[in-house]
Amino acid sequence: MSTNAQPISRNLLVSASPHITSGESIPRIMYNVILAMVPVCLVSVYYFGYYGVKVLVLTTLFCIGFEYLWQKMLRKPVTISDGSAAVTGILLALNLPPTAPWWLMLIGSFLAVIIAKQLYGGLGYNLFNPALVARVALLISFPVHMTSWIKATPLFSGVDAVTTATPLGILQTAIKTTGAIPPEVMDQVNPSSQNMLTWFTGHMMSGSLGEFSALAILLGGLWLIYKKYIYWQVPVTYIGTVLVFSGIFWIIDPTRYAHPLFHLLTGGLFLGAFFMATDMVTSPITKKGLLVFGVGCGLITCLIRMWGSYPEGVSFAILLMNGLTPLLDRWFKPTVFGQRKLYEESK
Amino acid sequence: MIKRAHGFPGGVHPDYHKELTAGRALEVPPLFERYVVPVAQHIGAPAKVAVEKGAQVFKGTVIAEAAGFVSVPMHSPTSGKVKAVKNLPHPWGPNMLAVEIVADGDDTPDPALPRLDHEAASAEELRDFIRQAGIVGMGGAAFPTHVKLSPPREKPIDVLVLNGAECEPYLTADHRLMVEMPEKVIAGAGVLAKILNVKRICIGVEDNKPDALAALEKAAAGHDNMDVYSLHVTYPQGAEKQLIYAILGREVPAGGLPMDVGVVVQNVGTAAAVWDAVAGGMPLIERITTVTGRGIRQPGNLVLRIGTLVEDVVGWRGGMTNDTIKVINGGPMMGMAMSSLDVPVLKGSSGLLFLERDEVEQYHHYPCIRCGRCVDICPMKLMPCIISYYTENELFDEVESLNVTDCIECGSCAYVCPSSRILVHHMKMGKAEVIARRRKRAVS
Repeated sequence: MSTNAQPISRNLLVSASPHITSGESIPRIMYNVILAMVPVCLVSVYYFGYYGVKVLVLTTLFCIGFEYLWQKMLRKPVTISDGSAAVTGILLALNLPPTAPWWLMLIGSFLAVIIAKQLYGGLGYNLFNPALVARVALLISFPVHMTSWIKATPLFSGVDAVTTATPLGILQTAIKTTGAIPPEVMDQVNPSSQNMLTWFTGHMMSGSLGEFSALAILLGGLWLIYKKYIYWQVPVTYIGTVLVFSGIFWIIDPTRYAHPLFHLLTGGLFLGAFFMATDMVTSPITKKGLLVFGVGCGLITCLIRMWGSYPEGVSFAILLMNGLTPLLDRWFKPTVFGQRKLYEESK
Repeated sequence: MIKRAHGFPGGVHPDYHKELTAGRALEVPPLFERYVVPVAQHIGAPAKVAVEKGAQVFKGTVIAEAAGFVSVPMHSPTSGKVKAVKNLPHPWGPNMLAVEIVADGDDTPDPALPRLDHEAASAEELRDFIRQAGIVGMGGAAFPTHVKLSPPREKPIDVLVLNGAECEPYLTADHRLMVEMPEKVIAGAGVLAKILNVKRICIGVEDNKPDALAALEKAAAGHDNMDVYSLHVTYPQGAEKQLIYAILGREVPAGGLPMDVGVVVQNVGTAAAVWDAVAGGMPLIERITTVTGRGIRQPGNLVLRIGTLVEDVVGWRGGMTNDTIKVINGGPMMGMAMSSLDVPVLKGSSGLLFLERDEVEQYHHYPCIRCGRCVDICPMKLMPCIISYYTENELFDEVESLNVTDCIECGSCAYVCPSSRILVHHMKMGKAEVIARRRKRAVS
């Protein structure tokens, strides 16, 4: 008989099962999203130089700063290290025009982080996308500042800032005044090989920081889908719906409606579809719900762009669908394993 | 020939680490000095102590009687004297009533052990024999086997499924049993099939155990009514409902049991224990336990007497490493963390897992970000994040309407959660509260 009893001289950790984890964490997700936004940020800095850097850096710092101050003042645990305030900051910056003055960024950051996020309870509790709430609130409150676009001043080109209008803005003004797309605008809104390339990689017209290069956004977006940090259901249905819906109307009357690829590649559609509508907190929990969410975003975007009074519909569309998310979660609950049989038996 | 099973919806794919012990043959430790047999080791009523301090016992002597239908007796693991009958440390947490035995080293079997002519015995007699042999589900849940083998007449059974999936990471006990003693498993299955009066037996084994599949296929070759199925490697493929779905395509109704779809599931270890009892005459006094993890110096698959103290096992296997901080009774997904080593091995202790500090980081908890991963992988298609949220806020009507009682507590949800939320803990809390409320409603 042996008696190799080991003296018990240590404390063992006791916790609920499971005792292993997949290794995912919130900071990891947030920092990967930031990484995915690096291409877009680089493009905006390339096209807008000093303005681009200023907007990106200040907005991000303001957002992190407000979250830190708020949590410190209310003696809550400070959570800025989870990266969510930084993500909100960068997204908000990408939604601002390059000429945004510092106070606009300050107010916007406050609206995004405090009003739209912390007042709801912080990370995970907000109903609406914080960056979009800020953008829309700024748009309605400071319409002039939020629509002062300048032509791109690529780094090292030595060109000064010149005011201009966005492609969608041009389109809408033209249609409203003349009822049809004038010939000189037609060139800009129809896909020629030259147009398509610039739209995709970075058109030299104008827009907010994040509206420039569909390619840069696509790179980041596909990376996130591959890593499963965002789900393909939303970008695919959102972009697909815009494509189909605008395509139908373009076929019906190409003199009044722009080509679907124009809609796809200009404006904030790609930014919205890959980075804003995919925000997990404000979108449905089930995959079926996400499909409907994406279609809804697409429809509303088209409705606003084509018949609404705003040239750009992405922000409003996503916010409206955010509002519908609790309903989508209720409608699209998964069928519990074993419930199908019960339904069949009770028939 | 080995048939291929379908999969089942949901599930996760953790790192398995089975190579630590998958190739290690079964080993039998020497007799130790002390054995502690708790009376509460199974689902149902704890057994009633039947011996006194100072009593002489032998290997297989009844030391506690079954208390009611859903209960089984306990037997002495070796010969010796009863040192004490008192509350002693138990893996489930607080001290619980147990019979402490000091071994005399001779390991004399009880001369009065009941025997059975299993070929001539009726289903009734076999079932009773299994009951008095103290046999419970050996997969970990420890449900009294004779109860599972007594389905009511309104629930006709047509298939017996043997569970050789062993889907938990690290565990290889069933694996080694199937590789080294497949005939025992097959013979036990035959006895179970006779009791249930079923014509069809399906044995499911995950395809990360090709040697086990081959061994069982060979052992089952002469039996027309037996089929071996190779299962996809997904956790929790070994969960009853998911196993039945993968092999037979039948979906056990929510709130129901396998007998509702004409099936009884038994672990391969249970089948082997049944054979040991009816053919060998020895009641359940030992089981195969995988002792594994980086924290134990000599991992292996051990045949341990029920009541062996974990500290004795640790000493025999070279001791723990300095960085070991968590010792788990069972597997890493559903097992129970133990607070000390002076607890015994139970009938359901399929594994003893020793994890080191860096393997069990103390997670920072974040709020739920509604990512939906838990909803995607839940094998029962529940919404763990929502149930967790309602449980935390004590909204138990909503918790009940979200089918929390269908949760099998597999741990997949908490495994994938990026916020490290204690989802299984909340599911258990929600379940307990909902069941208590239902009971109150039924009474009033």
